[in-house]
Amino acid sequence: MNQLWEALLWCLDPSNWQGPAGIGARSLEHLGYTALALVIASVIAVPVGWWVGHTGRGRGVAVAVSGAARALPTLGVVTLMGLMLGIGLAAPMTAFVVLAVPSILAAAYAGFEAVDRQVVDAARAQGLTEAQVLWRVEVPLGLPLLIGGLRSAALQVIATATLAAYVGAGGLGRYLFLGLKTQDYAMMLGGSLIVVLLAIALDLLFAAAGRAAVPRGVRVARQGQAQ
Amino acid sequence: MSWILNNLPLILDRLWAHVATSLPAIVLALLISLPLGWLAHRYRPLNGPVLTGAGLMYALPSLPLFIVLPVLIGTGVRDAVNVVVALTLYGVALMVRSVSDGLDGIPPEARSAATALGYRPLRRFLAVDLPLAGPVILSGLRVVAVSTVSLCTVGAVLGIPSLGLLFTDGFQRGILAQILTGIVLTVALALALDRLLVLTGRLLMPWARTPSRRTSRRSHRAGGVERAVTPS
Repeated sequence: MNQLWEALLWCLDPSNWQGPAGIGARSLEHLGYTALALVIASVIAVPVGWWVGHTGRGRGVAVAVSGAARALPTLGVVTLMGLMLGIGLAAPMTAFVVLAVPSILAAAYAGFEAVDRQVVDAARAQGLTEAQVLWRVEVPLGLPLLIGGLRSAALQVIATATLAAYVGAGGLGRYLFLGLKTQDYAMMLGGSLIVVLLAIALDLLFAAAGRAAVPRGVRVARQGQAQ
Repeated sequence: MSWILNNLPLILDRLWAHVATSLPAIVLALLISLPLGWLAHRYRPLNGPVLTGAGLMYALPSLPLFIVLPVLIGTGVRDAVNVVVALTLYGVALMVRSVSDGLDGIPPEARSAATALGYRPLRRFLAVDLPLAGPVILSGLRVVAVSTVSLCTVGAVLGIPSLGLLFTDGFQRGILAQILTGIVLTVALALALDRLLVLTGRLLMPWARTPSRRTSRRSHRAGGVERAVTPS
């Protein structure tokens, strides 16, 4: 417990917060990596996932890709990219995107599949065009599930970004590896605690966003069912 | 290829360490989550806290957890026990939900029939509830097995032996083949374990079919995404 106390003191020491290697800057860097990786991965995975969900084509491939990705060791991807692309942001960012794409892809098509087919048929019967069915029915109804996918992708990237410091990236992982090298356990533990807090905060944020994304009509219908 | 042939003993050594770390975690996770999942299913007020706790658990990134755990359980930072405990915790977090969902999904008629036939609670649980919840529990166990094998490699950055040492060592020495070997073996081990679980499931539960599309859709709506989240 003494070590925990020292780690807490390390976190609260103002001198550890200063400059480009300070806790504030490293946290922002960490969150910046996460945001950028999520944006790039979404640009790739969301359209593909929606297309798979809307047309039902390529479902087998999408299922296989997102399933096999679970077995992919993140550290392996990070070191592989680090060795192939060298020092810099390109290597870790490629790794983050590779690891974030599968869960976003899976959530994008699962969101569409979870939409009741009768609702889609009803929308068509009312004369909505195919594009309107997509944007007004499938996208809003599938949004909560998609946000769930973004949530797991974000957690995946936060964790992997910690590892990426091993191959020379910035972020909070720096404290973990620097502490390991210099036998500074307070720094390792303090850095770990901050990553954990960041991950939990992000998780809660996405959980709230997922709840807020449930369309009002669906919420009303669910309340009706529950009563 | 020549790297593999020249380093076969090393690779087998790492593979063995990997199995020795991940397998206990998977088995322990199953054993711990059965009673916990039953509690969450049986006593409704426990359901919320248990599942929320499990959800928060797998929001925790693995490397920081490997570093924080030694302080809490009094081991050294480089102790493989930390990895086993952390992976068990992740496994339990995922499995508790499968167990309680599986038990929730048992048709009440089957239970009433068993009670009417004179089954005592414990025997009914073992002979009726558990087999009926089996397929859902198995699907949870498969996710746990695959993600545990994959996560086990992370300990390598702290020097804890597993196939992950092929990544760190390969990176330090600039040997691409070593990293690739590590990735391929990790994925192969995960998929082999997954197949083994599927086959065991078929042997133990010959009546179980793949769930119909209708039920799988319902599970999406009932929070399928939460279940798709795996620890990282």
